[in-house]
Order: sequence, then C-alpha cells, then structure tokens
Amino acid sequence: MLEHDVLVIGAGLAGMRAAIAASANGANTAIISKVHPVRSHSNAAQGGINAALLDRGDDWEDHAYDTIKGSDFLGDQDAIEVMCSSAGRALIDMEHMGVTFNRDDEGKLGTRAFGGQRRARTFFVGDFTGQALLHVMFEQLIKSGVRSYEEWFVTSLIEEDGQVAGVMALEIRTGQIHAIRAKTVIFCTGGCGRIFEPSTNALIVTGDGMALAYNAGVGLMDMEMVQYHPTTLAGSGVLLSEAARGEGAYLRDKNGHRFMEKYAPNMMELASRDVVSRAEQTEINAGNGVNGCVFLDCTHLGEALIMEKLSQIREIGIDLAGVDMIREPVPIRPGMHYIMGGIKTDINGLTSIPGVYAAGECANVSVHGGNRLGANSLLDTIVFGERSGNHAAEFCRGVEFVDFDEGEAVAREERRINEMLERPDNGDRWGAIRQAMGESMVRNVAVFRDEQSISEAIRDFSDLRDRYNQVPVQNKNRIFNTDLVFALELGYMLDVADTIAFSALERRESRGANARTDFPERDDDNWLKHIVARKGEVGPELSYLPVTITKWQPEERKY
Amino acid sequence: MDVTIKIKRFDPEADQPHSYWEDFSVSVPDNATVLDALIKIREEIDGTLTLRCSCRSAICGSCAVRINGHAGLACKTSLSRAIDEDNCVTVEPAGVMKVIKDLTVDFDLFWDKIREVEPYLQPQGAEPEGEYIASNESMLHLSGVTACIMCGACVSDCTVLEVDPTFLGPAALAKAYRFTADPRDGDREGVSRDRLRNLSEATGMWDCTRCNECVQACPKGVAPMDRIMALREQAVSAGFTNNNGARHTSAFTESVGHSGRLDELRLPIKSVGGITNIGAMLSYAPVGWRALTHGKMPPIRHKNVENVENVRRLFRKLEPDLAGPQIGRNSPFG
Ligand SMILES: Cc1cc2nc3c(=O)[nH]c(=O)nc-3n(C[C@H](O)[C@H](O)[C@H](O)COP(=O)(O)OP(=O)(O)OC[C@H]3O[C@@H](n4cnc5c(N)ncnc54)[C@H](O)[C@@H]3O)c2cc1C
Ligand code: SF4
Ligand code: SF4
Ligand code: FES
Repeated sequence: MLEHDVLVIGAGLAGMRAAIAASANGANTAIISKVHPVRSHSNAAQGGINAALLDRGDDWEDHAYDTIKGSDFLGDQDAIEVMCSSAGRALIDMEHMGVTFNRDDEGKLGTRAFGGQRRARTFFVGDFTGQALLHVMFEQLIKSGVRSYEEWFVTSLIEEDGQVAGVMALEIRTGQIHAIRAKTVIFCTGGCGRIFEPSTNALIVTGDGMALAYNAGVGLMDMEMVQYHPTTLAGSGVLLSEAARGEGAYLRDKNGHRFMEKYAPNMMELASRDVVSRAEQTEINAGNGVNGCVFLDCTHLGEALIMEKLSQIREIGIDLAGVDMIREPVPIRPGMHYIMGGIKTDINGLTSIPGVYAAGECANVSVHGGNRLGANSLLDTIVFGERSGNHAAEFCRGVEFVDFDEGEAVAREERRINEMLERPDNGDRWGAIRQAMGESMVRNVAVFRDEQSISEAIRDFSDLRDRYNQVPVQNKNRIFNTDLVFALELGYMLDVADTIAFSALERRESRGANARTDFPERDDDNWLKHIVARKGEVGPELSYLPVTITKWQPEERKY
Repeated sequence: MDVTIKIKRFDPEADQPHSYWEDFSVSVPDNATVLDALIKIREEIDGTLTLRCSCRSAICGSCAVRINGHAGLACKTSLSRAIDEDNCVTVEPAGVMKVIKDLTVDFDLFWDKIREVEPYLQPQGAEPEGEYIASNESMLHLSGVTACIMCGACVSDCTVLEVDPTFLGPAALAKAYRFTADPRDGDREGVSRDRLRNLSEATGMWDCTRCNECVQACPKGVAPMDRIMALREQAVSAGFTNNNGARHTSAFTESVGHSGRLDELRLPIKSVGGITNIGAMLSYAPVGWRALTHGKMPPIRHKNVENVENVRRLFRKLEPDLAGPQIGRNSPFG
C-alpha cells in the first residue's frame, strides 16, 4: 500500500507550503491533488498579499487591528496575532524563493492600498499575485522532491477508532481506486465557491475537504460567513480585483455619483468588502444601477498605470464583458467570492481528530471572522500552511501507522462508485441540480438575507438532495471520467450548502457578511461567538464556541 | 447565437480506439466563449465529453485546445469571433502531447521538460536578511515571462517538437529564461552560467527554428521565441559559443543574411508547414537533419517526413542563393 507520514490533500498555496514544510522537517511527505498543482485555484488571486514590514514603518499590531475590525470582531485574536506577526517573514521567504514582486523606486518591495486597511501593506505582482506565488511554490515543491499525486481525487478519509489511518482516492487518469496510508492528513482543499451560481471561484472549488472532514465528524465553523466581493462581472461572475480600487478606481451609480460617500465617508471605495457590497446592493435595489449592476470606473487612472498594474483584469473585462476599462467604466455587482468559515482548527491547524489538520481556505483557524480583508487569504494560506506542515511532521514522530484492510476499503469505495454508475437514466443531470443549488444560494443566502429566504434555501437543498440520490452518471467508463468526479463533487457541495444555510439561519444578528434584514444590528451580548456545525442524524447540529479576545475589545465599526 | 461545435473525440476504452469528429449544435449567449459552449455540451448534451477546465478566465492553464487548427485557450476565445460563415468552429485536442481522452492530453511530456530546466531560483551566496534589492524594471520584465500559465499551447503548435520530441520546447525555455534573466539567480553579477551552459547543449535553445508559432499561440503574451533568442544572446555573451547551435547559426549568418528575395520565398516555405520567415527555414535545417539522420522521426509522421524532405530540398536549393552582401549585420542569434 502507498504510505506516507504526512499526506497533504490539495496542492494550492496552503497545500504546497504545508508539504514543503513537512518534508523539510524530515517527514515522508506526499501531496495529492485533483488537478495539477499549478491549476489550483490560488492562481486566481489577483490583488496581493498583506504583511506589515517594520522597515516600512508599519507595525504588525496595526495589521492585526485592521484584520480584527474587518472580521467584525469575530476573528480569534490569538490566531490573528500569529498570522500578522509571521507575515513579514513569510513574505520575505516568498521573495527569496523567487517571486517577482513589483518594486518601489529604491528596488524594495512595493505596496498598494487594499480595502479595510489604514495603510498600504499589500505586496503584489502586477495583478496576478496568486499565480506568481503558486508557480514559485510549485518550483519549490519540485525542488523539495515531495511525491506528488496529480489528478488524484480524494473520495474519503479513513478513520479507525477515532484516529486517522489514511485516505481513499480515485486516480482520474486510470479510474483506479487507491488506498493511501498516512499518519497525518492535512486538508488544504480550498473553498466551496461553486455552491453559488455565479461565483468568482473556479469550477474545481467544490468544498470537498470541508465535506470529507464534516462527514468524518469534524466541525465546520462560521459557515454563514460567505464573502460577496464588490466587483464581479455580471453573468460569469468572474472577479475584477480590489487592486483596481486600491490603485484609485471609483464606484459610481447610473448617474455617475460616487455613492460610497453615503456609506463610508472616510475609506470610500476602500471600506471593507462586506460594507462595500452592501452599499452596492442597496443602490441596485433602489434602482440606481443598470441591469443589476453599478460601475467600476478606472478611466481616470490612465493607460500607463492600467497596463503596468492591472493588465490582466483589463483583459478579463475585454474578453468576458467586451469593455475596455481604459476607456469605459465596467458594469459590476457583488458576487460570491470566498468563505470565511471552514474546518475548525487550532492555531497549529489541528482539528478535533488527532493527526487531521487543515489550512488555507478550507480551514477556519479563525483569522477572518465575519469578513476577510482583501489580501489576507494568501497570507493565511502560507502562514498556516507552513505551521500545519511543521506541526504534522512533529506529530508523526510519536505515532505509528494505523492499520486498515486495504482490500475492504477499496471494495467499499468501488461499491459506492458503481452504485452511481449503474443508476438508470431518469433524464436528470448533476449539472441541473448544481445550477439550481447555486441559484437558490445566491437568491436566498445573499448579501442580504432573512429567516424566510434562508428557510427557502434549506427546503430547496432538501429537494435537491433527493434528486441527487437518484441522478445518473452518463459516462460509464473508467479513464478520465470527469462526469463521475463532478457527480461526487456535487454530493460534497450539498453537504456544505446545508451547513452554510443552517448557520446563517442560526445567527440572529447582523455581523460581517451575515447581514440579516430581520436582525439588522450586531448583537455582542448574544452573538459574539462562533457557530460550529457538526454532522448529525438529520442535517447539521449546531453548537457554539467563544471568540478569543486578547487585547482588542469589540467596538462599533465605521469606515 | 446558434453554433455548431465540431469536436475531435477519442475514447481510449472503445473496442478499437480511434479519433473521430462529432458535431454538436448549441445555443449560447452572443458573448460566450468556446469554453462556455463546451461546458454546455458536457453538462446538457453529452456527459462523456472530456476536457480540462477550471478558472474560466485564462489563468489556470487547463483549457488549451486547438480551435480551428490553432492552439489557444477555450476560455479566452470568443465564439462569435471563432465561427465561420456557417456558424461552425472546430475544436481538437492540443498537439504534440498524446491524447488521453477527447480534448484531454497527457501533460507528462510538458512537465518533464519543465523539470529538466531545474525550475527554481538558484542564487549563489548568502541570502539577504530582507528582500533582494532589484529594480522594478527587472521585475516587470520577468513578470512578462512568469505570466506563463503553463497551458501548453506553445508546445502544442511548436514545429520542432512535432518532429523532435527531445527539444526542450518553448515553455521550458521561456521558464529557463525567467531564471537566467533574474538578477537574483546565478553568480554575483546575476549570470546563470551553469544554466546557460546546459541550455546551449543539443535539444536546447539552438534547436528553435524561429517559426513564431509559439508566439502566436501563447495566450499570455509570453512570446517564448523572443525569450529563446534572448537566451542565445545571453549564452553567447557568457562565452558559450562552442556548440553546434551557436556555430551553425553564426555560420549561416555569415554565409547567407537576409536578401531582397525573401518575400518571393514565402509561398513555397509556407506550403512546407507554415513557416513564415526565412530565419525559421534556416534554423529548421539542423533540426530537420538531426531528426532524419538520427531516426528520430516517428514512423506515424509520414506526412512530416515528406514536409521535412521538402524543407531539406528547398533549403539545399536556396542556400547558395541566399549568401547576400549583408554579412555581419545580423547578430549570431538571428
Ligand atoms: C478570483 C479570486 C481572486 C482572489 N484574490 C485574492 C487576493 O488578491 N489576495 C488574497 O489574499 N486572496 C485572494 N483570493 C483568495 C485566495 O486566492 C484563496 O482563498 C486561496 O488561494 C486559497 O488557497 P488554498 O491553498 O486554500 O486552496 P486552493 O488554491 O483552492 O487549492 C485547493 C487544492 O485542493 C485540491 N483539492 C480539492 N479537493 C480535492 C479532492 N477531493 N481531492 C484532491 N485534491 C483536492 C485542488 O486540486 C487544489 O490543489 C482570491 C480568490 C479568488 C477566487
Ligand atoms: S519559434 Fe521555436 S520554440 Fe517557438 S514554436 Fe517555433 S520552433 Fe518552437
Ligand atoms: S508560454 Fe504561453 S503558450 Fe506556452 S505554456 Fe506559457 S502561457 Fe502557455
Ligand atoms: S479554464 Fe483556466 S485557462 Fe481556461
């Protein structure tokens, strides 16, 4: 049987960082990913990565405060301290590995402004920072010699007596099912954006790791906290980075008015994302938009700046919306972008199952709380990827492999897959179910939500679940059967969708991204706490955890 | 918009696996991309249609295919511009790499070549405490290369790789250039001597024929051929001239140079494989020769052998005529 001390699931930034760290600590490490590492969704990050560098006169405590305020005081402050105080080192490490960060006039790393922060501390590579970081991380992965299982799709986590034993995976290229034994497993499987339609997220972002952990009994925390990004394209939902506003772009309504004046007179367009998205939605609802959109205006920035710093998003505007932002404002609207919630971990990435870790977007260490600041996610992936890799390598030293019956495990997985392949064609399609789920989510668990809308989503998901249990898979073959993979992913998405909706219904206040029109105020007395969803007999069972506050007391949030 | 997508399909599990064309009619919004149409087919018409795609925004590098015969990203190609007068567009798997199923190809060849160039920064000397100090211009220049999303479109359409799979190819050489041009890589002057030495060997930078296909195919403006020419420049100025490629090229330059007859030659050259400039023709020769004389031409490529024969014949015919009066005007790297 294949066997590794540390098995990292997911080869985005968090996963590769974790694998490199674990391997450097002497653990026999492997990484497994359903797509080639550089195809991972981290490549989509455009804007940049935050760090407070002392020699720029910045202070990590200021970064921490901005993050905490951005989180609407739901982030755990011990975790935020870890992230912000490690940021400088993590950033410089990436530069040493070869990232081609833009520079200032002195040849040092240059910064740009990003939302919700009082000073410019976002480091960037043009407007393809994520890709630049991801490719460099892949270079380091090659250098490390870590074993990489590419285009292998993890289908379940194996546990024996409450301890992790390994994972089951489908080798997509051959259709073969494998068992991999592991002393520790680190989930770095990214977000779950495709539960929403549209979303800025890539098609592979389907919440697999969250669902696998959830089904193994691990809690998912703050799942109601879903970020709607203020500047996404209508239709496809593809993102135009906050970098545009960071470089000085304006938001305007149909009359050309900069409406952010009303909502955030100081920070204007660079208020935190939840605030800006609500402002846009309010304007659109009041009829001040055009076709459900307001406008991102870059025309005053000039061609030279746009070409140097925003060229990729300009291309996206041209390719996907037919608008050249050098010349015209681009119609945009809030769109689903990121999930703050995820697999509950401690500050080392450890979950409630010994040996099971999580890092990156699939995890919730809790650094983002109710709302993530732009450019804090890449930082999160790198800092906590590394920490979990280090910790897992350490953990391995003291434990033995847990034995399990390989043949039986493979047979069990084969049965599950064959059951799906053998279903009679009832005319239904997983694509249609996913679309219905996504549209219900965007309609009902939106920028603004209330009890009625969320309940409707929950009912929809229950009906869709029934359809899912019958849905046929058209492709009956083994080699590169993506039809089967998508069907499996849809199952994961439905699991995660439930946790999002149930948690949103539970939080009867408005905090961060959970804007409840029926409970419009933040309510610290009753809701300054995390909601944890665990798999129950029927649907998610919810419980609470306190928020860790070190030195920043909750206060009113104004931008 | 109603369109017909003609897709070249391949099912490895069929009784007798073979490629075949299948037409799909779909109705899509006017601003749809080729990828939108493919996804629609996959989700609504035929779940067995297999292709890689993820980001839908030209950043993940998954969806390179041949559209109307040329490599490109399905997600970056607007349908309205790709269709012909009958509202048809053809989609085939990328070239050079072996087809796994339908539009999915085996990328091992691609990644093996990337690995071959030791694709990670190799600075000499101690790391600074903070960041390396480097000019913004140097980083912007590199970013033009690191913008590569490893989609393989250039590899798909590279005329040398098609006949000589040992060639490092456009993507790997561009990747190599990303290091040789990095002031942080190599010795204190930022010269990556070891890399340049290795890349000057056979199968490296000198095997490119300058056919320009990779420049046209690249969806990210990486212009691999230009990077390869810049590599040649770096290698020669670092003193790596004692290799076949450099010798060949300078010999050609000395003996030929560009002449006023260039344009007249374009037609026959195009007909031997779409090679549109004389430089390409010239440097095609060494590779064509090697492929032929070392038996590297795969037997299934009968068509190519013919083409290469043509190239060879033409080349022999043309060579004496081309020795022009402009010796020394061109740099040895063309
Ligand atoms: C358009 C866009 C722009 C963004 N811009 C920024 C920005 O400017 N700054 C910022 O800080 N953040 C940004 N973000 C957020 C940030 O990019 C992501 O949160 C972060 O990159 C996630 O990284 P990750 O490593 O956790 O996951 P990912 O990079 O998504 O990687 C997930 C990995 O898990 C693998 N995987 C998943 N399921 C399975 C399975 N079942 N089996 C095997 N493998 C599996 C995948 O193959 C993949 O390798 C942006 C996000 C988007 C969508
Ligand atoms: S220019 Fe060189 S590398 Fe590019 S496609 Fe032609 S032969 Fe290949
Ligand atoms: S150089 Fe261009 S075409 Fe080639 S792999 Fe990179 S992005 Fe794709
Ligand atoms: S789908 Fe990512 S490059 Fe086309």
